Amino acid sequence: MSTVAPVAGSSAPPADAVTCTIDGVQIQVPKGTLIIRAAELIGIEVPRFCDHPLLDPVAACRACLVEIEGMPKPQPACAIPVAEDMVVKTQVTSEVADTAQRGVMEFLLINHPLDCPVCDKGGECPLQNQAMTHGNGSSRFDGTKRTFAKPVAVSSQILLDRERCVSCARCTRFADEIAGDPLIELFERGAKQQVATGPDAPFDSYFSGNTVQICPVGALTSSDYRFRARPFDLVSTPTACEHCASGCAIRTDSRNSTVMRRLAAEDPEVNEDWNCDKGRFAFKYLSEDRIKTPLIRDPETQEFYSASWPEALDLVADKLADYRGRTGVITGGRLTRDDAYAYAKFARVALGGDDIDFRVRASSQEEVEFLSNKVAGTGLGVTYSDIESSPMVLLAGLEPEDEAASIFLRLRKGVLAGSTKVASVSSWVSPGSAKLQAVVLAAAPGDEAMVIDALLKQSSALSEAGFEVSTQLRNKGAVILVGERLAASPGALSAVAALAEETGAKLAWVPRRAGDRGALDAGALAGLLPGGRSLTDQTARAEIAQAWGINESDLPAEPGLDLAGILEALTTEQEVSDETESAVESADVEASEEQEVADEALAEDSAKAAVDQIAEEVQLGDDEPQEPRIDALVLGGVDIRDVPNIELMREALREASFVVNLETRLSGISAYADVVLPVAVDIERIGAYANWEGRLRQFPKVNPEATAQTDGRVLAMIADEMGYPIGTGDVVEYHNELDSLGYTTGERVSFNSVKPGSAQTPGSGEAVLASWKFLLDLGMLQTGDDYLAGTRRPSVARLSPATAQSIGVTEGDLVKVSSDQGTIELPLLLTDMPDGVVWVPQNSPGSEVYATLGDAIGSTVRIAGGPKAVSDAASADAEVSA
Amino acid sequence: MATALTPVLTRYWDQKDSYTVAGYERNGGYKGLRKALDMAPDDVIEQIKASGLRGRGGAGFPTGLKWSFVPQGDDKPHYLVVNADESEPGACKDIPLMLASPQQLIEGMIIASYAIRANHAFVYIRGEVPHVIRRMHAAVRDAKANGYLGKNILGSGFDLEIVVHGGAGAYICGEETALLDSLEGRRGQPRLKPPFPAVAGLYASPTVVNNVETISMTSQIMRYGAEWYSSFGSEKSPGIKVFAVSGHVKRPGIYEAPLGITMRELLDYAGGIREGHKLKFWVVGGSSVPMLTEDHLDAPLTYEGMEEVGTMLGTATPMVFDDTVSVVRAITGWLDFYKHESCGKCTPCREGTWWIDQLLHRFKDGEGKPEELDLLNELCGNILGRSFCALGDAAATPYPQALKLFPQEFEAGIHTPANEAFDPMASVVFPGVKTS
Repeated sequence: MSTVAPVAGSSAPPADAVTCTIDGVQIQVPKGTLIIRAAELIGIEVPRFCDHPLLDPVAACRACLVEIEGMPKPQPACAIPVAEDMVVKTQVTSEVADTAQRGVMEFLLINHPLDCPVCDKGGECPLQNQAMTHGNGSSRFDGTKRTFAKPVAVSSQILLDRERCVSCARCTRFADEIAGDPLIELFERGAKQQVATGPDAPFDSYFSGNTVQICPVGALTSSDYRFRARPFDLVSTPTACEHCASGCAIRTDSRNSTVMRRLAAEDPEVNEDWNCDKGRFAFKYLSEDRIKTPLIRDPETQEFYSASWPEALDLVADKLADYRGRTGVITGGRLTRDDAYAYAKFARVALGGDDIDFRVRASSQEEVEFLSNKVAGTGLGVTYSDIESSPMVLLAGLEPEDEAASIFLRLRKGVLAGSTKVASVSSWVSPGSAKLQAVVLAAAPGDEAMVIDALLKQSSALSEAGFEVSTQLRNKGAVILVGERLAASPGALSAVAALAEETGAKLAWVPRRAGDRGALDAGALAGLLPGGRSLTDQTARAEIAQAWGINESDLPAEPGLDLAGILEALTTEQEVSDETESAVESADVEASEEQEVADEALAEDSAKAAVDQIAEEVQLGDDEPQEPRIDALVLGGVDIRDVPNIELMREALREASFVVNLETRLSGISAYADVVLPVAVDIERIGAYANWEGRLRQFPKVNPEATAQTDGRVLAMIADEMGYPIGTGDVVEYHNELDSLGYTTGERVSFNSVKPGSAQTPGSGEAVLASWKFLLDLGMLQTGDDYLAGTRRPSVARLSPATAQSIGVTEGDLVKVSSDQGTIELPLLLTDMPDGVVWVPQNSPGSEVYATLGDAIGSTVRIAGGPKAVSDAASADAEVSA
Repeated sequence: MATALTPVLTRYWDQKDSYTVAGYERNGGYKGLRKALDMAPDDVIEQIKASGLRGRGGAGFPTGLKWSFVPQGDDKPHYLVVNADESEPGACKDIPLMLASPQQLIEGMIIASYAIRANHAFVYIRGEVPHVIRRMHAAVRDAKANGYLGKNILGSGFDLEIVVHGGAGAYICGEETALLDSLEGRRGQPRLKPPFPAVAGLYASPTVVNNVETISMTSQIMRYGAEWYSSFGSEKSPGIKVFAVSGHVKRPGIYEAPLGITMRELLDYAGGIREGHKLKFWVVGGSSVPMLTEDHLDAPLTYEGMEEVGTMLGTATPMVFDDTVSVVRAITGWLDFYKHESCGKCTPCREGTWWIDQLLHRFKDGEGKPEELDLLNELCGNILGRSFCALGDAAATPYPQALKLFPQEFEAGIHTPANEAFDPMASVVFPGVKTS
């Protein structure tokens, strides 16, 4: 806890220490330590309800009254910092304190329904517990209790029982002080005081679930968990959140191996005591519609049939052996670092190629170089503590509230404490930016590089506030947080790198997904080997070859294709000529025959070399027509809706001769797969994510009975079948192997700076499309969580007033946003943003950008007024403005 | 020799236009301001300190000292806030002061603002008195039209704007920090102190919160001098006080007199107890202070004098109750009030008033249980000194003293409803209607 001090007995007392005596024990604590925390240090727990270490003291519940020498009345221990020579007596040694505490406890219970047997909180309830430790056995109150109708839904996912409430105001203070969403407040007075929301303004905060967790009674419960379990029947497992790159510590509570709920676990270095509602409430996907057995597409019927593992592995191994060197590997964000490493190794060792990418989203070659050069294998970089007290945190292509919620909370903490300032390069002032009091440097999509460049050059184009930002970036401790979206803006990553170089600001890359940083560190990217090693660096190649037990020459010589390259290869090449195909086949047959012989002769190496040689000959076949560069695909954890050009992806999947999909549930990818192999979700495996800081977030298996295999194990089995083993497939083995590889000591992948691009110029009736994903959207890990979905932000289109006027629409009207592929129609919300830009949410109801408009973000789209909106749009609008 | 009445603040209330600038000036109004503006602000503070004026809102904190706590040269705006949220049962002095002599208050506000270097001052008036709010609005307009407010007041270079703000009907907003929250547009609940308002008050800026009577009196102190003022009253309670006597006296009303006058003298001025009745008990500082009886009539009405007899001078607005009154019924009424007005922030006050009010109702209805007499005492003890602000203390005060003074009435409450033992109609005083 931030306020807790080095205890007596630790080596040197802090410079600003004060000495006080609590219950006769002398203790030294840092100045400013509250009595209640100082008492904790010597093992005395003073009862409390309103007190929370991360909220400002209010001293409202009066449960923590203690006696302070020299003060006539008992004082709240939660609100008074210890002073030099202060003598405090808690309930342990003071009759006055004990009586006062028992008196308050008795008062707290008179209007409480005492319905513990049917209360969700029963068994883990601070009121229940402290009533036992600091209360009397029975109540003397025999009067009329105050009653309320209950429960009241303050949002679709939070239910309020006003009778149980003890008015500690933890929830309202959390909403105001931490989340910045003061949508719940205390209303009325006296015993009728109650938590409530304003009319038509539900508690739709991204962080609302925390209030359920910090409620010291059962007043706030979640719709999802209400009446579903008793805490003492639950098994709690400390886990890591898989929903984004924040890396929050989570507590997963399960009963009979079924997850009943998830809570924020305390990690002072990372998420402190909080998490977002997605991390808390989105877990139905873990159990619903899971694939249980391998599925093979029947060549005749084109339908899947359930197959045994041996059958599936045989088939996959055979096919992939056929397409060795011509198989692309695409991984998604749900992979742990260890599984990503398995893919990286599998691609190079078993598939004999380097055509691998984890970036299923808008990406660029500039980004490959940026990530390989600046981020991969750099270990723990910028941390949460760094951003909490930084003279300037510049956000570029990143909306933390939507894309990395714990970063948002930590920034806000710093901003409110006055220790951090925030600026953001974005198309408009998002609610998150407003709550961070951020200076928003407006940039139309495509103009980001120019804006960042202006900060570097401190150009005269900067506003006064912008100039201030550029100056503060030069102060020690400044940080630049780069979102993954910036890759879509040509030159922006180059500009950021230059800005960091020039100003000395520390740079961190914040992907959206939990697995991305780990995948990068593990080398699941073309041209990049584990630990930030360059595929073309001799030292790196030697280290990797040795670790993997292969010859250096077995590693692909040149960087392979990334996602864009793989898709291009699959969709632009000519039909494969029969001649080549048969040549490949015969080469492979020859190779395997040779291998058998070689095995007998214990001359494996030479046999492999022979295979490679033949393959090479085939590949380099001097004559036209060439064989396809990519023929097969291995995909794991990919959501097809994340691919900017979904049609191209579909075409590639159709064109591929063989598609293997490692998946937990059937998806838009598996629809095109020849074989689907079921793999484990987080509760069925151990593993580790690397969060945006580069901090490893390990988690154990929640469900001990689970038999599902990890991606890494499945890949190892395939590799074994193929005759190119990559290990036992054990997670710990991968983990240790990757750890022991460490980070590169050789040449990094070089970073070639790209010139700043600029936004397209929209014509009349056109605008440049800007977009990002809301925290709560149509993401595939949120399916089935309907209560959570009820708190999504409404889908609206945003235009500047001038742009809106140019197409003759006003607030609330429907706006049509069209590309050649389709049209999105949403109510308009006028927004202070650059003219000629339209913003819609990327993956929300009624606004699925890639699926509807195609790869249109950053491009010019047509905008027009739709039919006049009726009530729907008006109400959506009201919700937004509220 | 009887203590003479000394009307100062109330001196011209009988004049028809006492509330106008013209009427006020005719009687020497705004002379104090002219003097103050000729002095350095710190000298004004010294003058108020020297006068010994203590806060008239109830707590009696030395006014000049409070002003001197405002940090100067801190580059923050300073504010003066006049607490006109007079809501205490029995207290009725600030309301008439604003109604009959608002210019006096405005003059005091200008002086105080000048002293603490504030350019914005506020009057927070309880919401239940719209006529007073209207009167203050008109008075501010009047003063402004005559050059007493706005820019460069009387050519001094000093600027001041006054905002008149009506409350929304919550007793708690008389607590100074709850008042500040309310004034800022929030829900009125007391703030955690420190920081004190003098350091971080309204809009987190240095703020002085003073009572209407206190601020009004500063105009007279500036006009007549600190020595004049401190020549009245006692050493610890110098000066003149407005006493608002209500209840079963023949001439209820406002009597302005030096501190140290006794209740016996005030009762004389008020014509004594109603015909045919005897004094049963009286409460000097509003319902929030322990009640007294005939035995205490000769105690000097000073801060220290009242402390000596176990109560507090408070607002010095004595309520007088004769022998027709059931003490059980009286304090049950007060508890109804405190329960209704408890803001809900802290547990002892919120839950405690809920509980003791129910128990008192039992005794009032003749349904109390013997053991509940002690329980009530214990519960009051669990509120007193445990609550967040003084509201809880106030709610916990009446019962223990009432039980001590009139135990037999509570014992009767075990079997006899108060309304049977004491006909409520007998206590009622209707104007012009003779009651027996």
